[in-house]
Amino acid sequence: MIEIDLARSSVTALNQRLHQLTHPTDERHWRVLNPNGAHAIAVGLTEPVHVEIKGHVGYYCAGMNAAATIVVEGHAGTGLAENIMSGSVRVRGNASQSAAASGRGGLVVIEGDASARCGISMKGVAVVVAGSVGHMSAFMGQAGTLVVCGDTGQDLGDSIYEAEIFVAGAVASLGADCVEKEMTQADVERVAALLDRAAITADATRFRRYGSARRLYNFHVDHAAEY
Amino acid sequence: MCGIVGLFFKRGTATPNLGPLLAGMLSQMAERGPDSTGFALYGDPAPEGAFKATLHAPNKEYDWAALEAELGAAFPLPCPSRHYGSHTVFTLGAEVEQFFGWLARYHPELDTFGFGERIEVFKDVGLPDAVAQRFDLGHRCGTHALGHTRMATESAVTTEHSHPFSTGVDLCLVHNGSLSNHNRLRRSLHREGIRFMTDNDTEVAAGYLTWRLRQGLNLTEALEAALVDFDGFYTLAVGTRDGFAILRDPIACKPAVLAETDDWVAMATEYRAIATLPGAAAAEIWEPRPATVYSWQRQ
Repeated sequence: MIEIDLARSSVTALNQRLHQLTHPTDERHWRVLNPNGAHAIAVGLTEPVHVEIKGHVGYYCAGMNAAATIVVEGHAGTGLAENIMSGSVRVRGNASQSAAASGRGGLVVIEGDASARCGISMKGVAVVVAGSVGHMSAFMGQAGTLVVCGDTGQDLGDSIYEAEIFVAGAVASLGADCVEKEMTQADVERVAALLDRAAITADATRFRRYGSARRLYNFHVDHAAEY
Repeated sequence: MCGIVGLFFKRGTATPNLGPLLAGMLSQMAERGPDSTGFALYGDPAPEGAFKATLHAPNKEYDWAALEAELGAAFPLPCPSRHYGSHTVFTLGAEVEQFFGWLARYHPELDTFGFGERIEVFKDVGLPDAVAQRFDLGHRCGTHALGHTRMATESAVTTEHSHPFSTGVDLCLVHNGSLSNHNRLRRSLHREGIRFMTDNDTEVAAGYLTWRLRQGLNLTEALEAALVDFDGFYTLAVGTRDGFAILRDPIACKPAVLAETDDWVAMATEYRAIATLPGAAAAEIWEPRPATVYSWQRQ
């Protein structure tokens, strides 16, 4: 276990050490103390290391993550796990706006609530929110899955492409071209598997499914596999 | 960008912790607003029948002693003036309108940055640590305070265009964002008798709230009316003599974090400003919802 105290070390120094890890590395378990809302903690990690952050983080924590497992023992500011490629990011508290924005892969788990624009422009990431999400979540989502155990704000899935949304609670309103779709047994099983992967307890049969009506963009079903 | 901070002690008398804590919060917001810094402090009240006015002289060599002599001849001055760089706080035993009439006639070169029973307003071009030192923020007492670091978008970088803006008795406003319809609003508020010192959009927002409060609305109702009448992006923090309120626009374009303990409520653009406060780690922390008024009143 390597412990870095941000009261004594800079975020730049922390990130440099994490970027300079060789492959494979023996330095696999990291603990970060006193984040105090600092920005860009543990961004751009490419090794399968485990990073625990003990406290609240600022903007862009765990951005561009590939392969690493990052756990925030607190709340997260704007742009958590932005453009995540793979690996996983978990927040024990709430996440501010644009969590998992444009994420291409991997898993983002928010144990509390996420605010506006959660999963905006998602491109393949799986996002599981144990609480509720704010307005404009999954805006222009192209691929990937957003699972919300609580409620959503207004304009859910506005201008959505081929991302999928599952919501257990109330949807304040759907955005342009987002519609409710049939929830099949296969969908229930996929939600259950994702909840299991995220270690979030919820009844998969309670979820409703939302996605694109495909009226807003020039969708050709022949190209569906490319999304 | 811009950074907003607010700190509101829920009970008790003016505390010497307020100044240093606000200075620490402002310091964290330097990168968000390097153009200018300002703050409003709600301190000890003026004596019965008097009010405090924070005056600003653009001329650094201004003869404040001469002004005090003139003021003393015109009005009772129940407390000695306090001088902080380009600002001086006078306590005047007069009606507010009487004083403004006198100032406009004899000293139009001076700006009044804040006036009321408890408010004092200080602002200047520069980074927060430097401005806090200039106005001795580290040694200032109070019950609540608002602060702002500005990255200018809508109007010039000057002391006068810095936040907070105060247009009414003990009322002040700090703002992150930009209003699109401020010129039209300013014209209509001008007809209602609201005074403006600058072409700044935030000053219009402060004037609007002054007008609504004058109509008899409470602070929450005034902010709910603002949701209808303001066009633009805003996170607003508002201070009154005994109150504190937060409002974000309906799409929550600008960031905000609230934190509350048994003793205090704090608001900041980013959590790192709140992290400097005692008890922050154990505080209840949340992001204010869009188009929702949050307000507190001192007991």
